[in-house]
Amino acid sequence: MNESNGRSRWKLVLVMALAFLRGIRRREEREPIVEERGGDRRAEMVVALLLLAAAACAVMFVVVYALDWDNLTQWLGLCLGASLLLIAAALIYAGETFVPTEELVEEYPAIEHPEEQEAIEQIGRESVAGFTRKRLLVGAASAAGAALGIALVVPAASFGPFLDTESFYYSPWRRDRRLVDEEGKPYRAEDIEYDTFYTAFPEDAYREELAAALVVVRVAPDELEMPPGREHWAPEGIVAYSKVCTHAGCAVALYRKPLFAPAEPSPALVCPCHYSTFNPADGGSVIFGPAGRDLPQLPLLVDSEGELRAAGNFSAPVGPSFWGVRTRRPTA
Amino acid sequence: MIRRVIRFLDTRTGSAPLLRKTLRYAFPDHWSFLLGEVALYAFVVLVATGIYLTFFFEPSTAQTVYHGAYRPLQGMEMSKAYASVVHISFDVKAGLLIRQTHHWAADVFIAAIVLHLIRVFFTGAYRKPRELTYLIGVMMLFAALLEGYLGYSLADDLLSGMGLAIGYAVAMSIPFVGANLSLLIWGHPFPGDPSFWPRMYIGHVLFLPVLIGGLLAAHLALVASRHHTQFRRPTIPSERKLIGIPTFPGQVPRSLGLMIAVAGVLVLLGGLVQINPIWLWGPYHVYDGTNGAQPDWYLGWLIGALRLVPHFDVVVWNRTLVPNPFWGGALFPLVVLTALLTWPWVERRFTGDRRAHNVLDRPRDAPVRTAIGAGFLSLVVMIFLAGASDRALVFLGISYISQVWAYRIGVWIVPILIGFVTWRFCLALRAMEEVQAEQEAAVRSAQPD
Amino acid sequence: MSRRRKALLAAVLVAGFAAATVARAQPPSGIVHAPGGGKQKQLQLGAELYAANCSSCHGPQGEGVLEANNRGAGDITAQGPPLQGVGELAPDFYLRTGRMPLDHAGEEPERQRPLFNGREIDAITAYVASFGGGPKVPDPKPDYGSLSEGMSLFTEHCAGCHQIVGEGGYVTGAKVPPLQHATPTEIAEAVRIGPFLMPKFPKSQISDEDLDKIIAYVMTSKSPEDAGGFGLGHIGPVPEGMVAWLVAAVVLAGLCAVIGGRLSS
Repeated sequence: MNESNGRSRWKLVLVMALAFLRGIRRREEREPIVEERGGDRRAEMVVALLLLAAAACAVMFVVVYALDWDNLTQWLGLCLGASLLLIAAALIYAGETFVPTEELVEEYPAIEHPEEQEAIEQIGRESVAGFTRKRLLVGAASAAGAALGIALVVPAASFGPFLDTESFYYSPWRRDRRLVDEEGKPYRAEDIEYDTFYTAFPEDAYREELAAALVVVRVAPDELEMPPGREHWAPEGIVAYSKVCTHAGCAVALYRKPLFAPAEPSPALVCPCHYSTFNPADGGSVIFGPAGRDLPQLPLLVDSEGELRAAGNFSAPVGPSFWGVRTRRPTA
Repeated sequence: MIRRVIRFLDTRTGSAPLLRKTLRYAFPDHWSFLLGEVALYAFVVLVATGIYLTFFFEPSTAQTVYHGAYRPLQGMEMSKAYASVVHISFDVKAGLLIRQTHHWAADVFIAAIVLHLIRVFFTGAYRKPRELTYLIGVMMLFAALLEGYLGYSLADDLLSGMGLAIGYAVAMSIPFVGANLSLLIWGHPFPGDPSFWPRMYIGHVLFLPVLIGGLLAAHLALVASRHHTQFRRPTIPSERKLIGIPTFPGQVPRSLGLMIAVAGVLVLLGGLVQINPIWLWGPYHVYDGTNGAQPDWYLGWLIGALRLVPHFDVVVWNRTLVPNPFWGGALFPLVVLTALLTWPWVERRFTGDRRAHNVLDRPRDAPVRTAIGAGFLSLVVMIFLAGASDRALVFLGISYISQVWAYRIGVWIVPILIGFVTWRFCLALRAMEEVQAEQEAAVRSAQPD
Repeated sequence: MSRRRKALLAAVLVAGFAAATVARAQPPSGIVHAPGGGKQKQLQLGAELYAANCSSCHGPQGEGVLEANNRGAGDITAQGPPLQGVGELAPDFYLRTGRMPLDHAGEEPERQRPLFNGREIDAITAYVASFGGGPKVPDPKPDYGSLSEGMSLFTEHCAGCHQIVGEGGYVTGAKVPPLQHATPTEIAEAVRIGPFLMPKFPKSQISDEDLDKIIAYVMTSKSPEDAGGFGLGHIGPVPEGMVAWLVAAVVLAGLCAVIGGRLSS
């Protein structure tokens, strides 16, 4: 027994030693995986130089930053950009010259795996094979899922008062509210001259609202053609309109007026975004451009001191159109 | 040394088999396959520069008075958001470089996606089994459009503020629910609740980047899983086998080089060419406007559409069913999106081709698809050009009103013309190739053996 | 097309464009300069120049020609606004910026090189002012102190048409000129005249002090702060998009073409 054990032990050691030696040889003589590409000393030198130049540019970036040169942004951009481009050039050139660029042939993967597909379906089927009230369970699970899904989404409704569209009809203008300029000084009727345009705000009210700003111009009384019901909205021919375009909400910041009326286009308020053009003489109708709605007009009155005040609220809600924009006038 | 690292990684993560497979994963090699990568690298630059900017930007419309380096704004009232961007531009060292690089990266990101989409479309790369990859790509494009819009609107300058009002009008113009939807988004009629600005900010720095990032990861995973398509190779059965360059070492210097080059170009632009100088525009006010306001280029198709639609609201019994901006601002992009998303199935329906394709078509090999694509693209490009027709008036003197009418008529005629001409051109190219092949065959058969 | 033909076509196109450019720069037909070397006294010179170049549209006494007729000098249709009471301010503006004489009423007067020399402009200006009353040539003093007030005023009254840094633009019916070449005097004059479709801002709306601030802002806007590099004309996203496509996209797509393979034919 001892002798056979001892022999098998030696055999084991021999086998292990041979395996070890073969392993070493394998490591030395492994099948090459990456195709060899001849070295290119010149190219390698070029790449090294490019990388060093990139390093220099990056250092310059830090120096320029620290010293706060004039035209800082330009120098920083130049240094960093150059550094990056030099590294890129080095990499690309290396790829072109001495980095092995083999072409391998590979199989496209199978488009589908019918075996696994069937197995998955089978797993699913067999898992529920024992269920007796499948339809009931599915129905109940769907109800739970749908209801829970809806419940989880509902807090998004707090993002805004989405059911309450009252705020679209709000305007800070009401009867007797004074018109003031950008500094808060009230406009007097005599301030409003022909051939120019004025921006007006409601006195003591918040201005960064669509319904606040007005554009005010004076129209010659014989050119005025106010729509029915608005004959008294333009005292002395002074008309006021919302400054916010009814197309897409930009400020109607342009006014064209003819120096020589017989040969030039008629006065108009124009929006710079898509060039909607409104006629101030006839209640703000659209002469050109995509606006679908007349510019809302604010009725004016001149008080006993000669100051301009609103005589009511706008003829229509201001700003871009929406579902109920034609159903009623703004309220104070 | 490296052996040690590899061993550490493999024992702790078990990833050596995957890593080995990845290192030798073969990419078919064609220059146009790199366009998607350009977009990817622009996105990387966007995230990197964007993270830096988040440390300085203040997403608040609370009013403040400017006291800083830029004189014309001295003492002016403005929102904290706007003031913080002016601050980044003038008082934060390298702030303007990073801000401008970020903005250039956004413009180039979307341009690269469009170029990539054009390549994918005209080579038929969206066909089975890659429809899902394609859908994800289209969704990324539209997410990127929104992301860019929110990004440049955050600065609250006069130009972007006007653009934001237009976005509001388009939301309002959605039939039936527009006003309600606007209230959900803005919290209050324009300019909205004080919470709108932080909301826009979170959308831009968290929600949309994560969405785009997630879609991007899925897109890349799918490309890897299905393998990249290739053009037909004469030496192998191209539907079953592909010839490509492995990730390592072949692709790495090229792709890494491309990434660093993209970053380099964007940084160079960011330092040398001014973009969005918001200090010149001034802060936004609801009652202010400037001539020549335009959105960033990738929304030019929408401003064109908005300008071309004639002036009408669709009104039924006093209810404004379809306000004017809907057609150009909402319906038009929706139609384009739907067309893009459904195209793989439309093509399948009409060609009856339900096979999987790993081999790409040359555009001339699918004349009808190429013609339809060319026509559709020309439609979008025409409307895009219409958006800059006031610039054409200022620089070329062509009457604005004439241009509007020319475009209104042209958008119906020109795409059909271009589609037809493209179709004939493809057929002609193929005919030329056939003739050439016949000639070569004749020459070969005439050769003495 | 053969190379020679291409060169010929290019030459023809270049010549055509050059001719068009030169033709645009020429004065409209019928500019009459005074005979006799202009040794007359100023009002006499002014009267002669006015009679020969202006009276057919503006009337011999500056009363205007409200209804168009075809008796204009040099074959133009005669029609024009009255000039009584415009003083020196208006003729100085229109003549110095080359906007007058105009080919026909209703056409937009555009800046070009002046059609009269300085002495002639002074003479006509004096003569027109003699029709009665009217403001003198303004003497603005741009205050380089409060640029931000100037910017606010400019934004409120001017930017809608002229663009926030004065690059010009469009209003329905007219091209709005950029302000790059405007002198302080010309700006002051234009604001008070309201030429063509521009509003006419009175002193009650824009005081002389406010006007000085606006002029100061316009002067600095001519060379705006371009901390970011090359300014691309300061008109915003249109040229930026062009750079993104015609520079960045071209370079990067070109780089892809260099790195990547091509189809073997």
